[in-house]
Amino acid sequence: MRFTTITSPHSDRPNSVSKTMLLVILALIPGAIAMIWYFGWGILINMILASITAIVCEALAVRLRNRPVLPAIGDFSAVLTALLFAVAVPPLLPWWLTVIGVAFAILMVKQIYGGLGYNPFNPAMAAYVLLLVSYPVQMTSWLPPEMLNENPLTFIQSASVIFTGTLPAGLSWDALTMATPLDAMFTQLDQSKMLSEILIQPLWGDFGGRGWEWAGNWFLLGGLFLLFTRVISWHIPVSMLGSLLVIAMLFHFLDQEAYPFGMFHIFTGGTLLGAFFIATDPVSACTTKKGQLVYGASIGLLVFIIRTWGGYPDAVAFAVLLMNMAAPTIDYYTQPRAFGHQGARRD
Amino acid sequence: MQHSLQKQQKHTLYRFNGGLHLPDNKSQSLTLPLEKAALPKRLIIPLHQHIGQSAEPLVKVGDQVLKGDMLAKPQGYVSAPVHAPSSGTVVAIETLPIPHPSGLPAACVVIETDGKETWGNQLEPIPDYPHADPSLLRERIRNAGIVGMGGAAFPSSVKLTPGLENPIHTLIINGAECEPYITCDDLLMQTQAEKILHGVGIIRRLIGAERCLFGIEDNKPEAIRRLRQAVTDAGMDWVSVIAIPTLYPSGGEKQLIKVLTGKEVPSGSIPAKIGMICHNVTTAFAVAEAVIEGKPLISRYITITGNGVQQPKNLEVLIGTPASELIKQAGGYTDQVSKLIVGGPMMGITLASDEVPITKATNCLLAADSSEAPDPGVASACIRCGRCAIACPANLLPQQMYWYARAKDLEKVQEYNLFDCIECGCCSHVCPSHIPLVQYFRFAKTESWAQEKEQRAAERARQRHEAQVARKERLEAERQAKLRQKKEALNKPAAKKPKSDKPEAGAEEDPKKAAIAAALKRAAEKKAKLAEQGIEPKNQSDLSEAQKQAIEQADQRRAESSTDAVTSEKQDG
Ligand code: SF4
Ligand code: SF4
Repeated sequence: MRFTTITSPHSDRPNSVSKTMLLVILALIPGAIAMIWYFGWGILINMILASITAIVCEALAVRLRNRPVLPAIGDFSAVLTALLFAVAVPPLLPWWLTVIGVAFAILMVKQIYGGLGYNPFNPAMAAYVLLLVSYPVQMTSWLPPEMLNENPLTFIQSASVIFTGTLPAGLSWDALTMATPLDAMFTQLDQSKMLSEILIQPLWGDFGGRGWEWAGNWFLLGGLFLLFTRVISWHIPVSMLGSLLVIAMLFHFLDQEAYPFGMFHIFTGGTLLGAFFIATDPVSACTTKKGQLVYGASIGLLVFIIRTWGGYPDAVAFAVLLMNMAAPTIDYYTQPRAFGHQGARRD
Repeated sequence: MQHSLQKQQKHTLYRFNGGLHLPDNKSQSLTLPLEKAALPKRLIIPLHQHIGQSAEPLVKVGDQVLKGDMLAKPQGYVSAPVHAPSSGTVVAIETLPIPHPSGLPAACVVIETDGKETWGNQLEPIPDYPHADPSLLRERIRNAGIVGMGGAAFPSSVKLTPGLENPIHTLIINGAECEPYITCDDLLMQTQAEKILHGVGIIRRLIGAERCLFGIEDNKPEAIRRLRQAVTDAGMDWVSVIAIPTLYPSGGEKQLIKVLTGKEVPSGSIPAKIGMICHNVTTAFAVAEAVIEGKPLISRYITITGNGVQQPKNLEVLIGTPASELIKQAGGYTDQVSKLIVGGPMMGITLASDEVPITKATNCLLAADSSEAPDPGVASACIRCGRCAIACPANLLPQQMYWYARAKDLEKVQEYNLFDCIECGCCSHVCPSHIPLVQYFRFAKTESWAQEKEQRAAERARQRHEAQVARKERLEAERQAKLRQKKEALNKPAAKKPKSDKPEAGAEEDPKKAAIAAALKRAAEKKAKLAEQGIEPKNQSDLSEAQKQAIEQADQRRAESSTDAVTSEKQDG
């Protein structure tokens, strides 16, 4: 009897990339549903449009590179990128911007570097930043959350705005859109309004903007699921949220009227989505445990700095991309002490 | 002995990084009573079943041998003899397939058994070992052909000869048996606790340890109970039988020491460096049999298991029995069998055919179906998820080592502590991209050794060349000096020459000597300059002395067509 020979280990392998990606997608669902609930059908339309674009682009690129197409699509990484992009952009973003953004993410940020595993930057965030810089108006035209929205759009109306740009009769963009809570907060702070003055507006919930904080809660829930299933480790989310919270609380303590309280930062904007779903993207993040702590904490710090003193409304994308650049260096200086060695090789 | 029992329960345990909780798959082969395997028609005894020099045959084709006769004697210090497992005729001494990671065949003595099992001249039993001369005991262990039986097969007598600079305070007995499926150590401990403890006593007598920590994974409660009872009965209050958490690879020598003592064996070094010696429980048993009964190492317990055989079980097997015979006795293959593995699923090696013999270090035959040992499939790119690093018991960064191993940047892989990798397979097991990481690391190690060998050869060539150049220069200088002397002799009437460019006083008296001195100086300078530029091959500069030694050993093994791992006794579980 002849047997095939291979080298050890021979055991059944419990993990796979597609399983990992599917778990992340699964964890994203509660937050995504919350976003659709609060901000309308546009989010869902964007998710579908982005996913289709991502699959087509991925297939095309892999085909051009002469690699098998099915495994690349089947790892679900492109779909995940698309979904993360879709929940980060405004609900009524014109369709062609979604297509450009996702195509850029897949083709220029991911495939040009060699596909999954080789991209130094987070594709969804790179695309987000590209669009934000090039089309700032469209990228900041958010809808009010459901409870403040006097003109909720139907599915058909949303689709028609996205694909044709025609607004329902009698509505203008100004009537339809509303600044995000982050935007509202920092624009008014810039105008030297007092925090207590700003916070009496109906925009706010317990911690952050109404609606927004609830979506944040659901993302948090998904994140806990990822922690629980060990798809991600605690290092990046905890250090990122922790550093953001600590520094925000510190400034708030120093001047209660000029700096929003700590929880505001956690529950507005893309903080929770970023902490659990974006900064934890393994390919572009740090890979050593100590490095992940440094990486996460630095993102938290950058988020605070950019939000407080920078010109852009949200900072998660910028902070993540900046730290993507630093990740290899951080990894190099944070190697663990190997078994039987005196100390870490370098410090 | 209530006292010792209490001490056992209070022992503090430590953790190593990572490790895996694997489905243990042990129950199917844990059946009693333990049978003896039937005597096969042919026994195939490899001459090289251990680390070190191969044994030198003492028999020729056609010789009659009796059970226990020495078939081949050790060659050199690190070597071990092999004995006839049964009586019969030597029908061949030839190169045959053996279970070895390299897959290469090796020299074996083939015996056709006569079925009589007649013992030859037996070694004299030494029942009173506590009062026997240690050198006599050591000699006996060597003559009985005992090697580490947990997998690495390092000659035990060598390991029982402690160096003077590191007095041994702790003896570690490895009964962890951490690999899934394997149960032979468990059954041995359940059935032979007393004899094992005699072996422990003999080993202690040889190395002079104050205490013995006997580590057993807590999924073997019966073995733990029996051994504790035996310790109490024997009044060996210096032995602590310790239940350790079941976590692969706690049976790795360095991992076990960490778990039991909290100490880490320094990288590239051996446990003796920190005053400890680790032996496998089966080795202790074999030591007892050799000393107390005078029985050489000719049989052992082996687990035959997996979905690929009809009746998984353990058998007491003569060394040299073909694997096919054992499969037969386990009811034959099932239809699902897809791979045949010697050892466990994590570190075992696959066999191309079952026509290979059982050796001293074989502990398990795993006939696996495709769910137990699936085909590896296609690897995808590393997504840098870091699961491999989380699982790595050596606390390495497999993802980084992989990156550089793929790029064939051996220097960088070594900087990431390639040589601390124990090839346990945890990283490959958890990798979602199904990258055969361990394969890359083995490859990188082999390549590093090869490169180093080349560099050493180049270094030797360079030194030879330099010596040649120096010699030429010296000869040339001598010739010049002779010429000048002649000239001077001719010009003598012309009296004193103007001052030469060599102002030394002796120059004129003895130009020959000076010229030689100058030539030698030039050669020395050149050599010094080369030394400054770094004679040491660069990728060796980070290696410790012990690692170099390990590499040297490995070289030797490579020379004997082996691709075994670096350290001896690397994995005893
Ligand atoms: S487990 Fe595999 S995919 Fe993850 S970092 Fe390690 S090598 Fe890369
Ligand atoms: S095989 Fe080597 S690198 Fe992989 S987990 Fe084991 S020790 Fe670590």
